[in-house]
Amino acid sequence: MVEVLISLLKITVIVFVFVMGVASAMTLLGDRKQSAKIQNRVGPNQAKFFGFSLFGFPHFIADGIKMVLKENIVPANANKFLHTIAPALVFMPALIGWSVMPFMDHFCTGTVQTLPDQNYTEICTGPGAEWKNYFSIMHMNSGVLFAFAIAAISVYGAAIAGWASNSKFSLLGGLRSSAQMISYEVSMGLSLAGVLMIYGTLNINEMIRMQGNLLGDWLPMWGIVIQPVAFFLFLLAGLAETKRAPFDLPEGESEIVAGYITEYSSMKFAMMQLAEYAATVFIAALVAVVFLGGWQFPYVYADGIRIFGGHWVPFGEEVWYWISIFLRIGAMVFKILFLVWLQFMMRWTLPRFRYDQVMTLGWKILLPLSIANLFVTALVLVIIW
Amino acid sequence: MAEDIYEPIDQDVHTEPMILQMGPSHPATHGTVRFTLTLEGEKIIKCETEVGYLHRGFEKEVENSTWTQVFPYTDRLNYVSPLLNNFGYSLAVERLLEIDVPPRCNWIRTLMGEISRLSDHLTCTGAAALELGAMSAFLYAIEGRELVWDLIEEVTGARLTVSYGRIGGLKDDLTEGFEERWKYTKKRLFEIREEIGQLLTRNRIFLDRFQGTGVLTPDMALSYGYTGPCLRSTGVDYDVRKDHPYFMYDEVDFDVPVGSKGDNYDRYLVRMDEIVQSIRIIDQCLEKMEPGPINSDDPRVMLPEKEKVYNTIEGMISHFKIIFEGIQVPPGEVYSYTEAGNGELGYYIVSNGTGKPWKIHVRSPSLIMMGGIHKLIEGGLIADIIPTFDTVNMIGGECDK
Repeated sequence: MVEVLISLLKITVIVFVFVMGVASAMTLLGDRKQSAKIQNRVGPNQAKFFGFSLFGFPHFIADGIKMVLKENIVPANANKFLHTIAPALVFMPALIGWSVMPFMDHFCTGTVQTLPDQNYTEICTGPGAEWKNYFSIMHMNSGVLFAFAIAAISVYGAAIAGWASNSKFSLLGGLRSSAQMISYEVSMGLSLAGVLMIYGTLNINEMIRMQGNLLGDWLPMWGIVIQPVAFFLFLLAGLAETKRAPFDLPEGESEIVAGYITEYSSMKFAMMQLAEYAATVFIAALVAVVFLGGWQFPYVYADGIRIFGGHWVPFGEEVWYWISIFLRIGAMVFKILFLVWLQFMMRWTLPRFRYDQVMTLGWKILLPLSIANLFVTALVLVIIW
Repeated sequence: MAEDIYEPIDQDVHTEPMILQMGPSHPATHGTVRFTLTLEGEKIIKCETEVGYLHRGFEKEVENSTWTQVFPYTDRLNYVSPLLNNFGYSLAVERLLEIDVPPRCNWIRTLMGEISRLSDHLTCTGAAALELGAMSAFLYAIEGRELVWDLIEEVTGARLTVSYGRIGGLKDDLTEGFEERWKYTKKRLFEIREEIGQLLTRNRIFLDRFQGTGVLTPDMALSYGYTGPCLRSTGVDYDVRKDHPYFMYDEVDFDVPVGSKGDNYDRYLVRMDEIVQSIRIIDQCLEKMEPGPINSDDPRVMLPEKEKVYNTIEGMISHFKIIFEGIQVPPGEVYSYTEAGNGELGYYIVSNGTGKPWKIHVRSPSLIMMGGIHKLIEGGLIADIIPTFDTVNMIGGECDK
């Protein structure tokens, strides 16, 4: 029973507080205030809460209320059933993927020991001590695969939305989105394969633990350090997966109106939009855990700070463990927010690709590069390891 | 039976082109134009253009108004650069009347016309970025346009529908601090142009989208009657300001930027360069301009001074005649053309000797460009319509008249 309650609590905190919170706050701060800053504007400040504009935050609530109250229109001759479930099909994968995202290492009921001579592995010792999974919804030993499988499902939502709307613009948008997402999944997976070969695990938490290793006692062995090319390939493919600018051609507003969301209104439209933001945050999290060390805070370990072989334990072991937990959760959140911010910066600076150029980039540039990266990685592993 | 089962597999999948109605109310077809596209996948194999959704009956309306009352109607032709339409029309009627205007009037017309051209080019280049999704560059350009419109507002009293031109003169002289404000605006315009250039000119995505799309050959451009930046982007060095100088264009020094390939990128570059040239012309105008009268002293076209109107019978009669009957333009016809923001803006005017025009035909560059736009669109992808349609810079008010 306690386990179930803990799971529910984790789901609530991660999905509803963090993901939805960040996703919707990003719609606000990222998409509106940040763009306003870039474009020398003030940004939203008219909706007020007791006379305070609060950086435009009440706009978020006003938008929500507006969306719920709008009339829900289903076009004539549209497939009503598919038209209705499509937003859910787009939205759900963006949330389900979070079930394998660890925000912190497992909680140790005993004391944690870091072993610098064994690749800085942390072990949980003490009588009856064990790792408790408190910081990710689900501990899965093939977490990466799961995340990818779930991310791949969202293509159905977009394609179905495009087809079910009975509009030619929607259809074009749906086709574009499915072609784009499928193409980029290939190079996304292949660029990740090199990383997987080095870590030798599909478990996301294990992967992050390994990134705590210090090369030469000072350089954290993050994914970006050992696989820099794969990092850029993955980030680029990930950007394309989220269907946001500069890859937002499935809904390129100037050419095909709004693509597959042309015929959506009210909360269905809002869900489509939110799904995009959630996907942005999810891709940021995926990049963070695979390439940027996830919850790893450089040189901070559960039993103290370690660098150049030195070891300090500020505030005593017991207190430091809790400090390290907060530092690590903070590191994870910061990395995600940074990557989200980066994506928004790109969105407001770059023009949109053309359909065939996106395909060329995906198949003729990213795919060969990721295969070459994989090949070189394999070669290096065979020779050195 | 066995053969029947395999037969459908051997055949090609049955496909047929999709017909897509793009516009008139579509985000890309601003200024209301309709493309009936025949698509093969995303490739356009046929494009039929339909204009006229913004038709206001300009040419009929003006037949029922006096010569002076035509000015507000011309504002609404190319509403991004209304001053150029105003001055073009003034020039045409003045040619029919065979009157000369004082030099200062011509200087101001040259200057304000170029300011208006700045607004046109800034809007067009900014919108090009907007339609590719680069919203920020658009807003930078719009800031420049706002500064330009502030100047226009200061001089003319209005931002959009200025009605600043008059037959034989102008509504007003320049304001006191105009030069000071222009100096500030010029500084900002250079900064803005630089900023837009940094965001777009060497941006890989932008180059991919603009280079080699919407290609216009010189022959095609000439045979379809393209003028202005579109024609110059193909390498044809034709600019009315240079080849048939009017106002004071023969006394200022400026270059005519030309492209070489005639694609969207060249049109974009030509406009970006023309911004610099316009700024040069404005600077020279301010330098060479001398104080003096701005209105012609021909009593046939100018209202008498208020003192004469109130104190002499001749003045009063003259005032009423011009107001009620309009300026009496001698019978005849004239075709007068000037360089507007999008190309050669021509007025063909027929007068029967009364106070109202018998016929005014406008050769609006946009309408003529719409006649050949299918050639630029066909063979490309849907996404190519966006930059092509933008750099051609069709203005609905001018096109549909």
